[in-house]
Amino acid sequence: MSALLGGPVLLPLLGAALSVGVGRWRNAQRLVGVTTLVVDAVASIALLHRVDRHGVASVQAGGWEAPVGITLVADRLAAIMLVVAVLVLLAVLVYAIGQPGAEEQHVGFHPVYLILAAGIGAAFLTGDLFNLFVAFEVMLMASYALITLGGRPDQVRSGMTYVVISLLASTLFLLALAFVYSATGTLNMADLTTKIAALPGGLRSGLALLLVVVFGIKAAIFPLFSWLPDSYPTAPTPVTAVFAGLLTKVGVYALLRSQTLLFPPGTRPGTLLLVVAALTMVVGVLGAIAQNDIKRILSFHIVSQIGYMVMGIGLFTVAGLAGAVIYIVHHIVVKTTLFLVAGLVEQRTGTAHLDELTGLRRLEPVLAVLFILPALSLAGLPPFSGFVAKLALVEAGLDAGAVVVVGVSLAVSLLTLLSMTKIWANAFWGPDPSHDTGRTMTAPRQALMVGATASLVVLSLAVAVAAGPLYGLSERAARDLVDTSAYVHEVLAP
Amino acid sequence: MTVLLAVTAGVLCASGTYLVLGRQLSRVVIGVGLLGHGANLVLVLSGGDGGDPAFVGGDAARFADPLPQALVLTAIVITFGVVAFLLSLAYRSWRVRADDEVEDDVEDRRVARGAAHAGEDGAGS
Repeated sequence: MSALLGGPVLLPLLGAALSVGVGRWRNAQRLVGVTTLVVDAVASIALLHRVDRHGVASVQAGGWEAPVGITLVADRLAAIMLVVAVLVLLAVLVYAIGQPGAEEQHVGFHPVYLILAAGIGAAFLTGDLFNLFVAFEVMLMASYALITLGGRPDQVRSGMTYVVISLLASTLFLLALAFVYSATGTLNMADLTTKIAALPGGLRSGLALLLVVVFGIKAAIFPLFSWLPDSYPTAPTPVTAVFAGLLTKVGVYALLRSQTLLFPPGTRPGTLLLVVAALTMVVGVLGAIAQNDIKRILSFHIVSQIGYMVMGIGLFTVAGLAGAVIYIVHHIVVKTTLFLVAGLVEQRTGTAHLDELTGLRRLEPVLAVLFILPALSLAGLPPFSGFVAKLALVEAGLDAGAVVVVGVSLAVSLLTLLSMTKIWANAFWGPDPSHDTGRTMTAPRQALMVGATASLVVLSLAVAVAAGPLYGLSERAARDLVDTSAYVHEVLAP
Repeated sequence: MTVLLAVTAGVLCASGTYLVLGRQLSRVVIGVGLLGHGANLVLVLSGGDGGDPAFVGGDAARFADPLPQALVLTAIVITFGVVAFLLSLAYRSWRVRADDEVEDDVEDRRVARGAAHAGEDGAGS
């Protein structure tokens, strides 16, 4: 059991160390990276299977008991997130190996990428607020290095914004931790469940809102999102793709976990979150419509999509939380795929700017198919995964009587479709390009990049095909979140 | 003593915030450092009043809470690492641009200009 829980944190760290050791041989690094993530994926799937059958699992690292020691806990939500994250990390690593650029030129890419994987794994599995902070920092430190890999002037500029904003969020997080500890004398999340409930109402709301702001910055909700479209597009494609898919979702996960576990029902900022969700959706999608560069359009769509997840969280019902969980799964896969496709377009034509792109459907028909499937899914058209996820959220919203936010979410879906159509019409339709500026690649590289992208498309289709069982799983995960007694019992009295 | 430390933390956070709001990277780096110190100080304070050193014998009832001290050590190391990274980034920025001001986002400016042009011409581009 402890191997399964410790694996997703320790394996990538060991892999990173090994990767530094064999730094002189790029192929050895590749072997280490892919092997580590494959083993990690198998361990995560085994963990999900176990947790789904036998309930919450926990490990006290180092043998110190729960409120003081380092607790690793996996419930269904954490295990689902872990599985999706590791699969996406693996696909993007394969893509990065195929792509000429960052991975090939920098000895540090593989170790840092694996450390990022360890940070993400630790953030999902930790049962302690302070260790959540440490996991965030591990993840962010790796992301700082990845986003500035190459050190081009525009990367330094946008990397700076990203680092400073993340640091401010971390400082606020540290302050929040200090306040929580002063008020309750513990930082173990299961222990906090009972201790926070005993606090006076005003103090409790203050702590809840402070944590919303902290995780809101990381998740890029309105009005704390402006760093995201600014910094993501300048990084190398595989880095942007994995950030777009995973990093903001770790923030959403932390928001989901902290609000459901720490604060008792009736004291959660539900209405506030719904208002913020609606604004996030609208502002994000409007920002996307104004843009002219594929990567920037997609970056603004991340913001917009975060709104949907926050909407599910804000409802605080089983159906709402289940909708949020399935939406996160869908979004991680689809968003990463779209960024990988944007990278392929850039690789092929030398630009991701819509004004300079035209007629790609004839030049690269495979690329057109790889784009249109996740794009329609993002907009929420049936029969794709986005439809399943949005349907779950809309039904949950109507059940809870949150008609306004449901209306907004449907309107935003239409605008998302509009913006996807814009990319399609400009880049893929239109007259054939007058001159083929394309840079062709060797077949094996091309196969790796296209193969990795295609495997994610297949994964997103699988989400739609397996919608029934997956929704069942999300619903069980949501029940765990609404009734936290199993989680608390497993951690404090195993 | 606790009040004095609380005030110090407040002053550190306030001056850090002021510096971070500036446009010069060197100021931002110092501001981030001060903010980090402020947060760390609050974390130390969260353990309550001082007391005897823990784990070296003596009366357990009079121990100072050791947990926030462990936490703050971790936090200090992390802040140190990040500030070091930030400094190297600022240095890199100075090397490539010979200037330590944060520029506007080029693409943002472009989109804004495009919108202004479209408005003047009465037609989209």
